[in-house]
Amino acid sequence: MTRLIARRLIELIPTLLILSVIIFLLQRLLPGDPAIALAGDDSDPELLEQIRRQYNLDQPLPIQYLSWIGGVLHGDLGNSMRLGRPVLDLILDRLPVTLQLAVMAMFFALVVGLTAGIISAIKQGTIWDYLANIVALAGISLPNFWMGIMMILFFSVMLGWLPASGYVSPAEDLQRSLLSLLMPAIVLGSGIAGVIMRHTRSAMLQALESDYVRTARAKGLFESRVVIRHAMRNALTPVITLGALEFGGLLGGAVLTEQIFNIPGFGKLIVDAVYNRDYAVVQGVVLVTAIVYVGMSLLADIGYVLANPRLRE
Amino acid sequence: MRKMSVVAFAMTTAVMTGSAFAQTELRIGMRDDPGSLDPATNATFVGRVSLQSICDKLVDIDADGNLQPMLAESWQWSEDGKEVTLSLRQGVVFHDGTPFDAEAVKFNLERYLTLEGSRRRAEISTIDKVDVLDDHTVKLTLEAPSVSLLTQFTDRAGMMISPTAYGATTPEEFANRPVCAGPYTLAEYRPQQQVVLEKFPQHWRADQYSFDKVIYSAIPDSNVRLLNLRSGELDLAENVAPNDIPSLEGDSNFKVAVGDQPAFEMIQFNLKGPGANPDVANNVAVREAFSLGIDREAINQVVFGGRYTTGNQPFPPSSMWYNPEFPVPARDVEAAKAKLAEAGLDKVDIDLMISTSPERQAVAEMMQAMLSEVGINLNIQPTEFVSMRQRASSGDFQAYVIGSSGRVDPDLNISLTFECGTANNVGGYCSEELDSLLAKGRATADPEARKPIYADAIKVIMKDMPGIYLYNQRAAYAMTSKLEGFQPFPDGIIRLEGVKLAE
Repeated sequence: MTRLIARRLIELIPTLLILSVIIFLLQRLLPGDPAIALAGDDSDPELLEQIRRQYNLDQPLPIQYLSWIGGVLHGDLGNSMRLGRPVLDLILDRLPVTLQLAVMAMFFALVVGLTAGIISAIKQGTIWDYLANIVALAGISLPNFWMGIMMILFFSVMLGWLPASGYVSPAEDLQRSLLSLLMPAIVLGSGIAGVIMRHTRSAMLQALESDYVRTARAKGLFESRVVIRHAMRNALTPVITLGALEFGGLLGGAVLTEQIFNIPGFGKLIVDAVYNRDYAVVQGVVLVTAIVYVGMSLLADIGYVLANPRLRE
Repeated sequence: MRKMSVVAFAMTTAVMTGSAFAQTELRIGMRDDPGSLDPATNATFVGRVSLQSICDKLVDIDADGNLQPMLAESWQWSEDGKEVTLSLRQGVVFHDGTPFDAEAVKFNLERYLTLEGSRRRAEISTIDKVDVLDDHTVKLTLEAPSVSLLTQFTDRAGMMISPTAYGATTPEEFANRPVCAGPYTLAEYRPQQQVVLEKFPQHWRADQYSFDKVIYSAIPDSNVRLLNLRSGELDLAENVAPNDIPSLEGDSNFKVAVGDQPAFEMIQFNLKGPGANPDVANNVAVREAFSLGIDREAINQVVFGGRYTTGNQPFPPSSMWYNPEFPVPARDVEAAKAKLAEAGLDKVDIDLMISTSPERQAVAEMMQAMLSEVGINLNIQPTEFVSMRQRASSGDFQAYVIGSSGRVDPDLNISLTFECGTANNVGGYCSEELDSLLAKGRATADPEARKPIYADAIKVIMKDMPGIYLYNQRAAYAMTSKLEGFQPFPDGIIRLEGVKLAE
């Protein structure tokens, strides 16, 4: 297990280096001068020159890259041109928000997806199976944007139960914090719940038909024990992979959902940064997201081992 | 099930605490984040709105666009329009207690002119020298006469920051924590979330501001902004889309305020740059055919529900600077075809670059359909905003649509786009006649005497047609019907003086 983790961490280094070059170059291939974006209505040539000088945009690309990556190795991700703050501060400010949203969305997705998947597999062909499938399909296919607006309309405008948008930090008020992210988490989680439900269902069906389940039943075990101890445990492996990947995706920022609910997470940060050619922010966010993503797949691998003793060597 | 009841309980408590809140705060929904809050480096409209409440300016405007004293109590122009003497208000203090005086004005103006990365330099570069005559009098000497300088002082270039506070911190820090002399101090600025202001009790007009706290939230989606207003989480929302107005007007809980602005939307043609289309650049008649071939009224009705102003000049027809000799032309396909024939052409292809917004797309498509009947084939090129600006400034375009929030002084509405060699004159239009009129206008202080000068300037633009004005935007605000005393201003900036919430 330790070796697995160590190997994965070492693999991470070249991946991130290559990624840093790609993200650095890709952005510079985008047409549009950050100085023009930053100057606003005023495109006074002298001002543009000053801005380029101030942010090293007048230097050759390799030098710009080296000075950026040099800073990164020292824990300095540079400064946001548009927001005038260190990128690291912005990320540390947003990461907890995005994490909280992702955890809440994932929690919702797992509870709903696993429950529905297991029920529909056990009750295959019944009305419960069809119902669960319809709900899953709806979760996957309803656009987040539409669902978000409808939820705001219903729960905030009509019923007045939940705040329409915005975010409250848990440090400030835990209850209001959970409420402020409830709708976004459901909107985000519903699609994932649908996917998890479908996967759980098929994995469970497969497991329930397998020999070891037949044996377990033949031994006279209670059906609940058969389902939970024997079938589910084996069916979980693909679901863990899926969950980890989906969770990684959530951390990349749920752009639309954050936009609708006005949540200051990664998505909003990076979208604004891309539109404004705020290079340092885009680079910093992508880098951190990549690290978290790789970290999640590592956790998934550890999860397999825990769920499946055959992988423990 | 247990989880459900916990949530339901949480919801109920949230509702209860929500309604028990005492109302001394005003919550405003803005379209975006303000960016830097240093008036020297701010470059956004939203920034101007927040800064209006934080930083008092030398001069302000009233709801009709007339200059009003603010930190400068009065001003005196010299005969030749090259010197202006400002008498400053006494007894004013900055948020940090530093007194506001002539030295502070000198410090501020010189900072705007010399600071690396200052966005204000171009606006007030006509200032040659700032002299302190006594504690409360400064004299500005200009390189060339420029009456519109005072209008610049009604915006960020006239905002005064505390010299002591600025000296005590780094410019980056200051941009997040400006210290000025306005009715509110900055309590908190969370980028992309909100700006929170608290009342400054020592302000010279503190009694006219009723809120203890003002919160500007950045909510880019206009639908979501309105939903927040409807659910009671905002008291006021700016930049309401024209098509959302009818639903609000039918609801007695809300009201809408719409104000005329000197804003305009126009097509700028490339006359000189490398990407210019010679058929368009060399023939005024083709550009005239373009103007005659579109139905401005229909565009306003269809795309904006008639809630913008149908216009054809850089100011709306209601403005004192509008030249009535050139009313909005009616669409005339035959006349437009005749113009094309006059240029010796029966068919013209024009690439029109627009930024990617649904409204601009709709306007462009309407023009495309209208112009196809004339023989002009409009090829619409939607381009992401920053890329578009880049292509425009490098002259790599045939025609493009730009919007301007406009300025209160007529000079800037024309000179920024059409004076020879100015930065935003990306089409490369240059007319000695227009430039001399603009110079004369800047040297004339009396509005009545300026009127015929700008009327002539419009005449030149209508004759040479370096661009075509499509419509004038209006600013729309939606608010709870409890909000009293709010009125729109021609610069679109929200002013909180005299605004209050009824019990």
